[in-house]
This record gives sequence, C-alpha cells and structure tokens, in this order.
Amino acid sequence: MPDLLIELFSEEIPARMQARAAEDLKKRITDGLVEAGLTYAGAAALSTPRRLTLTLEGLLAESPTVREERKGPKVGAPEKAIEGFLRGAGVSRDQLEERETPKGAVYFASIEKAGRPAQVIIAEVLEATIRNFPWPKSMRWGAGSLRWVRPLHSILCILSDEEGARVVDLDIDGIKAGNVTQGHRFMAPGEITVSSFEDYSTKLKRAYVVLDPAERADAIWQDATNQAFASGLEVVEDKGLLTEVAGLVEWPVVLLGSIDDEFLDLPAEVLQTSMKEHQKFFSVKNPKTGRIEKFITVANRETRDTGATILAGNQKVLSARLADAKFFWENDLRIAKSESGMTAWTEKLSNVTFHNKLGTQAARIDRIAALAREIAPVVGADADLAEQAAKVAKADLSSEMVYEFPELQGLMGRYYAEAAGLSQDVANACEAHYSPLGPSDDVPSEAVSVAVALADKLDTLTGFWAIDEKPTGSKDPYALRRAALGVIRLVLNNNLRMTLKDSFEASLKVLLKLAEWQGAVLEAKTAEAAAGEDTLEAAKKRVHDMAHQVEAARAVINTSGEDLLSFFHDRLKVFLRDQGIRHDVIDACIAMDGNDDLTLLVKRARALEDFMKTEDGENLVQGFKRANNILSQAEENDGVEYSYGADRKYAEEAAEIALFDALEAGEGAISSAIEAEDFAAAMGGLAALRQPVDAFFEGVQVNSDNQVVRRNRLNVLSDIRKLCGQVADLSRLEG
Amino acid sequence: MTQTSSAPRSFQEIILRLQTYWASKGCAILQPYDMEVGAGTFHPATTLRALGSKAWAAAYVQPSRRPTDGRYGENPNRLQHYYQYQVLIKPSPPNLQELYLGSLEAIGIDAGLHDLRFVEDDWESPTLGAWGLGWEVWCDGMEVSQFTYFQQVGGHDCTPVSGELTYGLERLAMYILGVDHVMDMPFNDPQSPQPLTYGDIFKQTEEEYARWNFDVANTDVLLRHFEEAEAECAAILSQEHDDPKTGKRIIMAHPAYDQCIKASHIFNLLDARGVISVTERQAYIGRVRALAKQCADAFVQTEAGGFAA
Repeated sequence: MPDLLIELFSEEIPARMQARAAEDLKKRITDGLVEAGLTYAGAAALSTPRRLTLTLEGLLAESPTVREERKGPKVGAPEKAIEGFLRGAGVSRDQLEERETPKGAVYFASIEKAGRPAQVIIAEVLEATIRNFPWPKSMRWGAGSLRWVRPLHSILCILSDEEGARVVDLDIDGIKAGNVTQGHRFMAPGEITVSSFEDYSTKLKRAYVVLDPAERADAIWQDATNQAFASGLEVVEDKGLLTEVAGLVEWPVVLLGSIDDEFLDLPAEVLQTSMKEHQKFFSVKNPKTGRIEKFITVANRETRDTGATILAGNQKVLSARLADAKFFWENDLRIAKSESGMTAWTEKLSNVTFHNKLGTQAARIDRIAALAREIAPVVGADADLAEQAAKVAKADLSSEMVYEFPELQGLMGRYYAEAAGLSQDVANACEAHYSPLGPSDDVPSEAVSVAVALADKLDTLTGFWAIDEKPTGSKDPYALRRAALGVIRLVLNNNLRMTLKDSFEASLKVLLKLAEWQGAVLEAKTAEAAAGEDTLEAAKKRVHDMAHQVEAARAVINTSGEDLLSFFHDRLKVFLRDQGIRHDVIDACIAMDGNDDLTLLVKRARALEDFMKTEDGENLVQGFKRANNILSQAEENDGVEYSYGADRKYAEEAAEIALFDALEAGEGAISSAIEAEDFAAAMGGLAALRQPVDAFFEGVQVNSDNQVVRRNRLNVLSDIRKLCGQVADLSRLEG
Repeated sequence: MTQTSSAPRSFQEIILRLQTYWASKGCAILQPYDMEVGAGTFHPATTLRALGSKAWAAAYVQPSRRPTDGRYGENPNRLQHYYQYQVLIKPSPPNLQELYLGSLEAIGIDAGLHDLRFVEDDWESPTLGAWGLGWEVWCDGMEVSQFTYFQQVGGHDCTPVSGELTYGLERLAMYILGVDHVMDMPFNDPQSPQPLTYGDIFKQTEEEYARWNFDVANTDVLLRHFEEAEAECAAILSQEHDDPKTGKRIIMAHPAYDQCIKASHIFNLLDARGVISVTERQAYIGRVRALAKQCADAFVQTEAGGFAA
C-alpha cells in the first residue's frame, strides 16, 4: 500500500497559525480521502514557517468498487416513470432486472460504482482543501485569485511504494504539483527532489530544516536551559513563547545575551514583558536573587561568526527598548511620589471615555469607589480603605508604562501605589482587583481587594445591563460573562454571604446618582459657556438618556425579568457543571428562595449532588416524583388542592402509619437542618423518608374507594411534596 | 557591524544604493511627493496606483512627518520628520521576497552574518481605508522594513495585488552604519571636504517643528483648513467628468486626492496639539477615510486607474 506525502510551500506563515493549519490540513485531507473510500493506516501533520506537511501511511491504492441495488417502478408502469428511473440510476433499459415481489413484478437496477485510483481522489481532495482552507485571514497575490495565508509557491504531492514515487497530477491556478521542495532560505537555498517522507525529512534536515515543531521547541528549550545553567542561571518558563518562537525558525540557534547593568533594577515584569512582547526573548533569571539578568534569543541560522553579529544587534535593539521602559518607569515614579501622587493620573482619566453611554473612566472609578464602600462591610473590609483603593486602582491606566505595555495594568498600579506610600492593602488591590480573569485564575482573598474586585465587576455588569448592551450568542465585546464568573468565584471562594439583588440595586443607585450629578455639572457648564453649546447639549442629552435607561433597567431588574440574576445563574451552571455538578441539580436549587445568595445556593447544590449519588437519594426522588405525579393528576381531575394536611386517624395500613411517623420525624429534622443551613443533614432527613415512602407505594393503594381515605392519602402525598420542597425543587431533577 | 569593502559610509549612500538597486530591477525611480504626508504610502504613486488593473513599478524616497513623534531632536530614535523608502510593484512578482533581500545585500547587510526574519504584521491604514497582509522584516531582532501585499485601498479590492515595501531609512541606516544616535549619523561621506551629520542638517529643524507642532500651531486655523480641504475635495469630485473647455474627459482624481492628503496631515497636527479627544479622533479618521474612498472611486474611473472607455 502506498504512502502519501503532501507539502504546501509558501512565504512565511504567521507563527500563531501554524499548528492549527497543520491539523486542519490533516483533518480535511483524511476526511476527504476516507469519504471517497480511501482508508489509511496512519497520518501526521508538521509545519515550519514556510511549509505545511502531511504524511499518510498505508493508503489504499484505489477506492473499493461499490455495488448498489435500486428498486424501480412496477413492470408495466407508465413509460415516463421508467425513463425517469433509468436517468436517475444511470443505467439503460436492458440492464434492468424484473423481479417478483409480493406487490407484483418490479424493475430493479444494479448500479456499480467502480473504484478509482488513489491519485485521482487525492488530486480532487487536495484541490478542494487548498481552495477552501480555513485560514483565520487569507490573501490574494500577484494577478491571481487563489487565496492562501501568504503567497503559495509550490505543492509537493507524491504517492510512493516499493516501485518508487509518482507525482500526483494536479494544477491549481498554475501551481503544478511536483516532487520538489526547498531547503532553508539562507543556509541551503535551492531545490530538493524527494521520493518519500523519510527521504524528504532526511534531506530537509541536511538542508537545515527541522520539520517537526515539537522537535524545534525541545531543541530550543534544551539548549536554552543548558546555556543558562552554565552561567548559574535559569530560563523563565514560557510555553506560549516557546511555541511561537519554534514557529519563527526552521533551524533554531539559541543565543544567550546580556542586559545592560543600568536596566537591571527595572521591575522583573517590565523586563520580561518588554523582552517578550517586542523581541520574543526568553528571560533568564538568577535563581538566588530572582533578578532577571540575561536573555535568550533564538536565531534562524548559524553564521560564520557563530552568532556574534546577531547577538550584538539584538542586544542593541533591547537596550533601546529598555531605555524607553526605564524612561517611563522613572517618569511614572516621579509622579507617583509627588505630592498629588496617583490622583494626577486619575484626573487625567476624566478625558478618557469608558463607554459613551457610561461616561468616562473617571466617572466609572467614582462609581466603583462608592460601590466598594457599600460592599466593604459584607466582605469584612474597612470601608475607607476599600474606597481609597478603588479610587487609585485604575490610576495606572494613565501612566506611561501602561500606555506602552497595557498588559502591565494593575501590576504597575501596585508598584506605583507602594511608591506613593499607600497602605499595602491598597497597593495589593490595585493589582488584584482585575482578578479573577479566567476560570482558573487565582481569586483575591484580601478583604480590600475583594471589595474593589466585586465593585468593579458589578458596576460593569449593571452598567451594561442598564444601557442594554448584553452579550448575545458568541458576541460578548465587554467580557460580561467573564465579569459575572469573576463575581461568582469571588463570592464562592471567600464564602461571602451577600444577596446579589441588593448588590445590583446598590450599584444601580450609584450609577443613577452619578448620572444625575454629571447632568447637574453639565447644566452648570452649559450656563457658563455659550460657545460649543452643541457638544454640551449633546453630552447633557446623553446623561439624561442614561439616567432614563438606568431607571428602565432598574424596573427590569426589580420586577419581571430578574434578567441579570438569571444571567448569573447561567454562568453559575456552566461553572458548576465543570466541577461535576449536574445542571438539573443546580436547577432544582435555583428554584428555591434565596437563590441570589450564591454561597447558599451552591452549598445546597453540592449537598443535593452528593445525595443524588446515593441509592437512597435516587430512590427517594423516584418516590417523590411518583407522589407528585399522582397528586398533580388528582388535583387536576378533582379541581382542588390537597394541602390540608393528612390526618393520622384515617390511616389504615401499617405502611401508611409508618409513613406518618417518618414524616413527623422528618419535618422536625429537616426544618431545623435547613434553618441551620446544614444541607447534608437535611438530605439525611430526606434519606430517612426513602424506605417508608417506598413501602407506602408498595403496600397502599392511594385511590381507595373510600373517598375520605383517598383524600387523606392524597394529603399525605402533599405532605411528602411539601417536605421535600423545603430542601430543593426535586421535580426539576431528570430521570 | 563588520565593515566589509562594500559597506556604505553614509546615509545618502544607502539611499543612492537603494535607488540604483531598484532601478536595476525595473522600477521607475520617482521623486518625493511635494506635500506633507505621514508615510510613503500616501504618495499617489502608491495609494492611487495600487488601484486598477494597470501594471506599475515605482520606487522613491518620501520625507514623512509625524508631528506627535517630535522629541526636539533629543531622542536617539524618534523624529517628527524622517525618510521612508518606498517600493510598489503591481502585480506583486513571485520573487518579491528575494528581490527585497537583494536590496538589503545591496546596502551592505550580509545575509551570511545576520538573522533576517519575516514576522507576521498585518498592515492597516484606517485613514486610507486600506489593508494588506505581510510581515515586518527583522534584522537581528530589529524591524527594518514593512512588507505588505495590498488587499484593499480606499475601500476597493486590489486586483491585481500590489507588493509594497517600506524601509524606515534612519533606523536601517543607523544600524548599518553602527550609529547610536540619529543626529550623529553621517549624512554624506565623512571623508568628504565638507562632512555633514544628520544633526547638522536636522537638529535645529526638529527643535523648531517640535515647538511649533506641540505648542504654537494655530488650532483654529488648522481646524478651518481641515474643513476647507474636505470641502474642496468634495467640490472637485462633484465636477462633471467632461471638461466643458477642452471637451475631454478629465476626472480630477489627483487634485482631489491632494486635498485628502492635506486633511490627513492637518489632522496629525491637531492630534499633536492635543485638541482632539479620544472620541473625536475616530470621527476625524473616518472623515479622512471618506475622502480617500471618494478619491479612489474617482481614480478607478480614469485611464490610469484602468478605466477603458
């Protein structure tokens, strides 16, 4: 069975796209081949900056012949029907076969689809793959209309077996498939003819191309750590950077360079970010001091001066970059340490729009500060500190360093707050209040940080809800899902007891107050300034519109929709599902009162999840559902509600009496457990009901002929429902 | 930088070598456009000629102005007035990367010693309504050129596609000449009877313009000029295609485009004066883009734009 080798050789493919593209190539080609009947034994996809490569082993030499039988019209059917059938089946009249069936004689056609040689199928599949390749961004070049990520130069496509290699016949917009590739752009330019994958990868390696990105990454990491180790240092691990760098070179050459002494006192994160973002350097640190002292750069070639020129050039570029960073750092520190400190920056933020319906960054900060104050007591933080922290937490957005490196926001805030002599709680909040960002991010636990982090996220959520900018489908431009998840994790990780609806209300009040205040300021300004009236009028209108919207949103949140809360519940479901809690279990708990107290809600859900894993739990729920069904049906038929409470004196059977006992005992146990929020104990109370409930259904006929007895039994069922309902809405459980 | 016999000795020699090289590759060597522009792309030889079906190959130096980058001549790498070298070839030839690498060789960058890399960088000019895919070219970790395959200009798809190369001349030359501060760079041959550095020629002008750009330029006048350029552009394009005097079909795409260039530069000046807020910024960029789009619409109606009557 032949092997297939495909290489698509182009100008430099962006590093971030290579891995995905290699996988897409593999998937599309193998899917296409298999669909056409060509199976294979193994496949691997590889990539370098200039090529995507696919190797398939043990491919069928041709697709199998397929026979298909089709039933046609009856013998003697109208001519038109028979002709239509012949056309559809692609056979002639004399190929039809008459066969007796229970419904009389019927025509049958036997269609044979002959197998096709692999090279024909490959050519079709490869052409379709190239023409429809899912690049995130593609382009045209020259005078052609073909699209690829960058100009596509050649296609290598060969089938090889014991007899040798054959080029698959294919021509895409003038690019003819061949058996030729090229070596390293500089170290081994020129064409290379290949006959198999083994031949190809060996010859490429000789031509200074390491085909496998994982091999390149390993080589880089090995060499980098070795060189660092030899200097008593260690490389700061960065998997993302390693993958990216491995995608920028075909022949990695690792070089260890020095950072000028004058930059060594910059914060480590600044050095690291500057080197990584601009130069794609790895940071190399001194394990004893934690200081970053050197860097690793990865070149794409060997040189006759063993990299000396390359290293000198890179060092020079780095020095220029770090000189900028140092300049920003020193300027920023000067401001942070000045008398007005970080407020100088906050003031600047009044010129920066956060969202045109939600005002400036400065207005946003004021809101967050007011809200942080409100939240402080709930999270055990000092209200003054929380407010102060919120006021400076985003000040670093005006700093030069964050302007240059936006990803350092927060972190620089911490450094500058420390420099400004603010308390450590406040400085830490500057950094921590953005957290948690991702689902696995660390969650702040210091009270002041938690207060500001919650206030920040709640203000964002209620703000965007107020102006009706909610996420839809995959669109969530303001990362509101992330903000909601952040609130959820802050609440749960810190075991906070807060009612979300109150928080929404507090946040809306702040939003409204500031909108009104801004309106007043603008009105005053309008009175003063005759010139520029248009813009002021427009701004004023905007503020009034916003106030209006806030009112509308308040109505929505307070009354009908509970929209924002259910948005939180949706996020919570996703979050808990990832932790193995069934969505119906969560639904059963969300249906209970107090569902805006997330800590309580999750406590209940966890207990119920555990209970559902026990045999008692599963059976009890069956019993509950049976009771609920019988009861609901009876209530519907009889048009009454059986909620009187059952009377023990009408109990006839032993199982019935035992159930009365169990319900009485359970009532007390469950109520006090719920009261104490001891849901495990409440579940235990439910578990005790399982046996009596089962026995009741086993031995007692609910629909007795005696109407009094029947009514009483229905009331017993109602008691079961009521008691279970104290724990969770079990009717929402599946199965 | 190792000095080989072929290493250039001055800023101007690098420029001259680029001119000779690209001339030898068949480009028309054009002169700079005689208006203030922010980058070589604004030259009509790029913006307009990238449109339409006609083949094109041109190379030129373009003095470029970015008022916000002024540092009074003190920053070693930043200038409010600097030079770009620009090459535009349509359709982009299949060996454009090799041609480009040849030009580096021509100005003394020995590929055997340096690490040359094509690193993803998609180019977009919101003011020109233009975008393309390509790379920034790195030499030993330093960006020395921008390499772009134009996909769209002025809102029009580029068919055929032009290949555009932009060299930041000062940065590139400083690297080749081994100079750390732009003002110390030899402009002409340091061995000549009257050696001049970049600073001899531009230190004072950088100071003068920095002061004017940041603090003195009359913003009321600039705002008015912006509106006037915008109005004039529209007025020019609203003329009927047939000239009543000569009876010929004369669409004034270039004069209209001059007004677009003017508006763009005035916007940059206003930006440097700090009178444009973040929200207004987008609006101004949108207004310039609208002009660029109208000029592109007009140009493709002309003969040079591939219009066949």
